[in-house]
Amino acid sequence: MDDLVERFLAGDRRALARIISRVENATPEGREYLRALFPHSGKTHIIGVTGGAGSGKSTLTGALAGEYRRQGKTVGIVAVDPSSPFTQGAILGDRIRMQDLALDPGVYMRSMAGRGALGGLAPTIDDVVSIMDAFGFDFVLIETVGAGQDEVEIAGTALTTVLVNNPGTGDDIQAMKAGIIEIADILVVNKADHPGADILVSQLQALLSLAPKGARRPRILKTTAIKGEGMEALAEAIEEHREYLEQSGELGRQREEDARHQVLSIARGILLERIRASTSEADLVALVRRVADRELDPHSAAEELAGGALK
Amino acid sequence: MTATTATKIRVLIAKPGLDGHDRGAKVVARALRDGGCEVIYTGIRQTPEMIAEAALQEDVDVVGLSILSGAHLELFPRVVDELRKRGVDDVLLFCGGIIPEEDTKQLQTLGFSAIFRPGTNTQDIVKFVYEHAKK
Repeated sequence: MDDLVERFLAGDRRALARIISRVENATPEGREYLRALFPHSGKTHIIGVTGGAGSGKSTLTGALAGEYRRQGKTVGIVAVDPSSPFTQGAILGDRIRMQDLALDPGVYMRSMAGRGALGGLAPTIDDVVSIMDAFGFDFVLIETVGAGQDEVEIAGTALTTVLVNNPGTGDDIQAMKAGIIEIADILVVNKADHPGADILVSQLQALLSLAPKGARRPRILKTTAIKGEGMEALAEAIEEHREYLEQSGELGRQREEDARHQVLSIARGILLERIRASTSEADLVALVRRVADRELDPHSAAEELAGGALK
Repeated sequence: MTATTATKIRVLIAKPGLDGHDRGAKVVARALRDGGCEVIYTGIRQTPEMIAEAALQEDVDVVGLSILSGAHLELFPRVVDELRKRGVDDVLLFCGGIIPEEDTKQLQTLGFSAIFRPGTNTQDIVKFVYEHAKK
């Protein structure tokens, strides 16, 4: 390995950027870097910011990072935007809303393309976040792709998940549905200067009051991120959640659960690669054709494929 | 679409200076996206420092600058300078916009591998990037 690790550990941001690229692309080199730097991670508080497209996630992420800078903290930001399902290309435009931080030496901001991963994240997001964690930022903020109702994966990567809602985007039945709202540790009503903000807050409160006894209720906060309003309170609510995680022992449990998920998902990838490597394209085509022609059901075909490869 | 980690060409498209006409930059960004690149677009009114810092943080392979104000000989050398200051010395540079023919030599010396003027076929820009970006 070259001197990148040494430079990384000395705080060189170019080394950080280079290593992230290799880790993001899952190159063999990238894996070596991850192996070397992973032991340095685990100290940073990881915050996920998710919510619908246009809800103000980028602006809020930028404003929150600005608040942390006022407190003298350093911040790493990973912002994910979607890849084209047809060309795999992407436009990554989250920097546009974070211009105030562009030259701040205490902020490092990285755009990532979703590359087809589910859940509004990117395939190697966990590894990239570990690298940013190891760099020693006080906080790492992850901004997801615009998420709808079901993108819950962020909760497995972040320790505190902030869900950004907007007034005027649906009635209280929307909020009662299962899915993303259940993973929020903090609920933000952004664009609170728009009509309907207070109604949404009371709807969310009513919804939370139905939660089972003893369950931790997320805080609900009003923000107007574009004016920087509500950021101090948001930073406080995040700190409160972090303390709760630490004191309740939930932090250890969550880290273990995230690690289990990560290990199993990587193992799944390795097995799939092994299956692909031990099956010729011609055999695969023949098998798939039998399924397409309804001669064989997909489960039996998969059994046959996996059984042959993993013997 | 299945998830992939295949290495992609990363391109920064930036507009230095004060002119606010970013149609050209957006068209180029879109063409590169359709060509399969990951394009970081930073918006208008970027200072040379902001562009260089974005190139460093995003670890891009290519930087494309768009300018219509006529200030290219003022601003582009400063962008190159800021890139160098940060050790970002191996990116492919190209530019586009209203750039007189007589400035070509000077921009080439500065390190710009191509200048795309009005009327350019966007496919030529995509082709240029794929042929010259180091992977």
